[in-house]
Amino acid sequence: MKHLVPSDEHIMLQDSARQFLQANCPVSAFRHLRDNSVSPCYSRQHWKQICDLGWSGIILPEEYGGLDFGYVGLGAIMKESGRTLLASPLFASVCLGAQYLLRAGSDTQKRDILPSVVCGDTCLALAIEEGPHHDPLATLFTAQPDGGNFVLNGTKTFVVDGQCANYFLVVARTSGKPGDAKGLSVFLVDIDRKGVERKQLHLLDARDYSSVDFDNVIVGEDDLVGSMNDAWRYLEPTLDAARILLAAEMLGGICECFERTVEYLRDREQFGVKIGSFQALRHRAAHLFAEIELCKAVVDTGLAALDGAPGSISVLASLAKARLNDIALLATNEAVQMHGGIGVTDELDIGLFLKRARVAIQILGDSSYHRDRFGRLNGY
Amino acid sequence: MEPLDAFRREVVAWLEDNCPRSQREPAGPEELYQGGSKGCFSSQDARTWFERMREKGWTVPDWPREYGGGGLSPGQAKVLKTEMKRLGCRPPLATGQGIAMLGPALFEYGSEQQKREHLPRIARGEVRWCQGYSEPGAGSDLANIQCRAEDKGDHFVVNGTKLWTSNADRADWIFCLVRTDPKAAKQAGISFLLIDMRQNGIEVRPIELISGESDFCQVFFENARAEKHNLLGDLNRGWTVAKRLLQHERTLMSQLSEIAVGPKFSPGEVARRYLSLENGVLTNSGLREQLVRYEMDAMALALSNQKAFEESGQGRLDPNSTSFFKYYATELDKRRGELKLALMGTQGLGWSGPGFDSDELMEPRTWAFSKALTIAGGSSEVQLNVIAKRVLDLPE
Ligand SMILES: Cc1cc2nc3c(=O)[nH]c(=O)nc-3n(C[C@H](O)[C@H](O)[C@H](O)COP(=O)(O)OP(=O)(O)OC[C@H]3O[C@@H](n4cnc5c(N)ncnc54)[C@H](O)[C@@H]3O)c2cc1C
Repeated sequence: MKHLVPSDEHIMLQDSARQFLQANCPVSAFRHLRDNSVSPCYSRQHWKQICDLGWSGIILPEEYGGLDFGYVGLGAIMKESGRTLLASPLFASVCLGAQYLLRAGSDTQKRDILPSVVCGDTCLALAIEEGPHHDPLATLFTAQPDGGNFVLNGTKTFVVDGQCANYFLVVARTSGKPGDAKGLSVFLVDIDRKGVERKQLHLLDARDYSSVDFDNVIVGEDDLVGSMNDAWRYLEPTLDAARILLAAEMLGGICECFERTVEYLRDREQFGVKIGSFQALRHRAAHLFAEIELCKAVVDTGLAALDGAPGSISVLASLAKARLNDIALLATNEAVQMHGGIGVTDELDIGLFLKRARVAIQILGDSSYHRDRFGRLNGY
Repeated sequence: MEPLDAFRREVVAWLEDNCPRSQREPAGPEELYQGGSKGCFSSQDARTWFERMREKGWTVPDWPREYGGGGLSPGQAKVLKTEMKRLGCRPPLATGQGIAMLGPALFEYGSEQQKREHLPRIARGEVRWCQGYSEPGAGSDLANIQCRAEDKGDHFVVNGTKLWTSNADRADWIFCLVRTDPKAAKQAGISFLLIDMRQNGIEVRPIELISGESDFCQVFFENARAEKHNLLGDLNRGWTVAKRLLQHERTLMSQLSEIAVGPKFSPGEVARRYLSLENGVLTNSGLREQLVRYEMDAMALALSNQKAFEESGQGRLDPNSTSFFKYYATELDKRRGELKLALMGTQGLGWSGPGFDSDELMEPRTWAFSKALTIAGGSSEVQLNVIAKRVLDLPE
């Protein structure tokens, strides 16, 4: 079986995604959102168009309004969205939120929520982080049973697309101690519930993040998504798939940055010659090329595995996130350096890629988190 | 995909029946059969295994049958390779310069007569080949070769020297880059010549490596004779053949860690053997980090190879991509060498004698040999030059 060669349908999808994004949401569109402090940082009109194209439903079954076209398809779109720095709820609401609901939700929950996520009326955000480093098992956030209800208390931070969300999927500890996989539960919480207070976090990539306080927020048993104490069973695969999809987005950003840099090496002259003729730069560019080729294989293998090709998804997810983190760092730093003075100006887009990479690196685990996990999964 | 499944079942059954037990153990450095008039078998089992595989043409599974191959499709050949690896079957005949380099060049540039003369003898292990490219003044700057071949009507007379010629002392034939037009510009005066080494005009002197082996040699030609019909490609057009063959060499070198014999323990196994674990995690966090980084990059490279393999069937593969594979794989081979020594500590430093088991004694030599991999076949720097020029299209 060939899993790593895209089918004609996937190539068509990626081409049309590229055309749409470059025509409608190029990097300058993101720059416009940032410069005008649009909050939350996305264009409702573009998001509506994206939903009309069906991208918000690519991994969802047709019964919920989706296209059932799989992760390789969604990955193709994520790659293109990374190239143009698309800011939209696609990652938080679809890659994380809808995916979790699909895995863990009851029929009623899925029927109630997913179609409205697909058409873009509802945005979901996963409230999982509590500290400065990704560590889902360390969750302390409490959900105290109270009659047929639960009382939620605690603070969630670094909630991706928290400001545009209508619902949070909140990861809480209902038993056990920090570090235990057992004892986690996930609740669907309407942002308008009494006791929910969200604050916007302004990060260097200028996108939509929140910190959210939950002060004695009361939710019902119906709001539990997935079984009590056993959310990790659905959450871990959800996180892994989202890591691979985020890696796909990062790959798009890396490729764009690299291509722009190579173009600059071909054009810019110093000492009467093109700077691309200097071996010091040629070798670094060639090395980066090799690293990026490996990134492509890692992302494509991960996406294919999510659609059923052989391979351990956990191992592939940690491999993908760690490698893409590392190479995003290298590629953006090299891009700045090889552009010289103009590389550190706000006017040049390279700086936007540089900043986006730093935030993406922290989402769902930095490299040391994933190297540690890869080591454990391999028995060392 | 169904037909391949049937083929897989057939292959597994055949291998189970025909591969002797002893040939399913990892081979030591001298245990693989190399072929040629000086080749010898390390055991009767090695001979039996070789002969059975030769009968099926599976010493070169994807070559056509009429040239001694197995006639398998790329997909079938891959199945055979995977299953041999899974069952631990040794290669019956080592993948040397003949199979991996000259063979493909003969298929592309050889006349029918040349193919019929040379290919089956490679496939059957009758002739062992070596590669006469480098000279004292021509390494990275390969086109600077000076070794000359003079036209004497029905044959050439060769004079000069070749350096770093791997296994020249064990080979029967040498394929050589020779200068046939001293007046032409560098690349333009070079021809590609096949020379029988079993003659008086050729002398071979082995050179010892830092790994203690003497894998390579210097070859001296003094009025050596080569027949005209052993010119591969046109006169003075050898550079085209030479460059193409280098791509095959780089592909070979990017798969060395898969096909070469070497220490049988993976870095992960070595780590578990020489370092302490707590709850399944190495307590030495610095070495653990190095190990994980290595294993991740090795896995990424393997996936990249798989992707290239799948794409090649669809005509999408960029031939220059072999440069990045050669570069990355051999740099990684060096990293593995350093990593394993670090993981083993002083137990990885044994050169000979008591205090070390045979696996341990192999590590420092493998480590030392790994240094040669980023030099041979075009150094890492040269590979980066090729990528910059051919793939990234950077100006010069
Ligand atoms: C184990 C082994 C086996 C070999 N087997 C064979 C064989 O069977 N047949 C054969 O013909 N040859 C063989 N070789 C030779 C091999 O191809 C050459 O060693 C290699 O091409 C480098 O040439 P050199 O040794 O002359 O080094 P040099 O070319 O002198 O290189 C010295 C250093 O300079 C660097 N350098 C050179 N040019 C450039 C440049 N343009 N830009 C940047 N850096 C540069 C190199 O990367 C290297 O670091 C073998 C070599 C080894 C180590």
